[in-house]
Amino acid sequence: MRIVVDLNRCEGYAQCAFLAPDVFTMHGEEALMYTPHAGDAQREHVMRAAAACPVQAILVDQRDDQADEPAAQREAEAHVR
Amino acid sequence: MSVDELSRAFRQHGRIVIVGASLAGLRAAETLREEGFTGSLTMIGDEPQEPYDRPPLSKQVLLGHMPADATPLPRRRALDAQWRLGVAATGLDLTGRQVRLADGEEVPFDRLLIATGTRARPWVKEAEADLDGVFVLRTSDDAARLNRRLTARPRRVLIVGAGFTGSEIASACRERGLEVTVAERGPAPLVGALGGVIGAVAAELQREHGVDLRCGITVTALEGDSAGRLTCAHLSDGTVLDVDVAVIALGAMRNTEWLAGSGVAAGPRGVACDAGCRAFDIHGIVTDDIFVAGDVARSPHPLFGYQFLSLEHWGNAVTQAEVAAHNMISSGPDRLPYLWVPAFWSAQFGVNIKSTGVPTMGDKLMITQGSLAEHRFTVAYGFQGRVIAAVAFDQARWLDFYRRLIETAAPFPLEFANVDRRPEGLRAVPSEFPDPSLPSHGPTVTLSGYSPSDRKVTFTPARM
Repeated sequence: MRIVVDLNRCEGYAQCAFLAPDVFTMHGEEALMYTPHAGDAQREHVMRAAAACPVQAILVDQRDDQADEPAAQREAEAHVR
Repeated sequence: MSVDELSRAFRQHGRIVIVGASLAGLRAAETLREEGFTGSLTMIGDEPQEPYDRPPLSKQVLLGHMPADATPLPRRRALDAQWRLGVAATGLDLTGRQVRLADGEEVPFDRLLIATGTRARPWVKEAEADLDGVFVLRTSDDAARLNRRLTARPRRVLIVGAGFTGSEIASACRERGLEVTVAERGPAPLVGALGGVIGAVAAELQREHGVDLRCGITVTALEGDSAGRLTCAHLSDGTVLDVDVAVIALGAMRNTEWLAGSGVAAGPRGVACDAGCRAFDIHGIVTDDIFVAGDVARSPHPLFGYQFLSLEHWGNAVTQAEVAAHNMISSGPDRLPYLWVPAFWSAQFGVNIKSTGVPTMGDKLMITQGSLAEHRFTVAYGFQGRVIAAVAFDQARWLDFYRRLIETAAPFPLEFANVDRRPEGLRAVPSEFPDPSLPSHGPTVTLSGYSPSDRKVTFTPARM
């Protein structure tokens, strides 16, 4: 699953770092570091972290089927040719 | 057909082409679909990867926490778009309404969004830039190459330029235990973006973390051995430095060359557009069907004296793309002005730096909370008697408050009775920005254009 955090919004409340510590960690006092590409094993933790964020700064890719849209399309084009 | 009918027909069957498949291009495409555009959508990007996020490249990736290709952007929805990735746009035919691609193909459009962004400014001397060991950092490929080299533990890394990117790279190198020299032409790191007073704090941070920081210094030459590997750098004070990696961090250049001769007002400062993201043509007349968003755009902002702002900020790419996309499929009074208050962040040497407003406009500043000595503070910038920007070091939670002060043109100097009392007291001092006419590190906000200096503007942002 793909994750991006709007760090303009993030105010360092660290709720995500408690709920999904393998994906979100605090770097120093309030800077957030996160893994933009987490395994499915993390899904539940990440969804909980995204829901708990007080400023709703975490965007998670909800759909797996279109995640690789360009790659899938390149493949389809290759078959046509 | 009435305007409304035309507009509806375009939403259903129009052809939109987006040139630039990074953050701005992707968010624009998503907004178009979210707002009901069902016509054909083509995404053109010169990089082969699907849209990915760049901020982690200078942080998580260089720290070795994750591979460079692991930052594809999450999607808000399916796009149903035609993707042309790995092929650059090379020309625009305004009258024939088509985009020329590097492979010779021509892609027709009814409306076009230009979101080609910026690229890293290369080292000035081409032969030296080609040496093995000389890097820039902009793309995920750049990050992968640089990370590979840092993992091999070079003896010393030279960073040329101490803007945000250069400083973040220096921070990552120190965290990996590598020896780092930073060469900055100006008097301090971040001086172009935040001024000399805050730049001095950035300098302290670097030195406390073991960076060999050299300010007021330029790199005059990079030298390689017979095999073309970088071996040393010559500095303007006569020093010769043994280095096997040099990272050129001299800011960005806007990708507008492909628009040369097209009739669109494009140049080294970007593509000029109105507050509704519609591009100007070379006569200064606004076009109907050519829109601009992201790093490559520059547009007038009423809150900042109608100056044309070019913003190389993540949030600018997102918000301007959303406004541009909305306006591409709306007409007349339904169109929105782009009135986002600039904001950006940087994480370096364990400190979270955040900014709102336009610090480069502020000729005075005052530390309103915390203290410079503790490296934890909020600073407000003033311009002509009003608050124009605020920057926080590890005090991000306060910035929303300052953003509202900026939006309402609150008077400067600020007179807080009980926010925070510090021995230094609340005092406005010059912010010490370098003379913009001298060659130096470019600020992340570029100002240009007409400035009526209206001090009484009241700012009420429109709701999306």
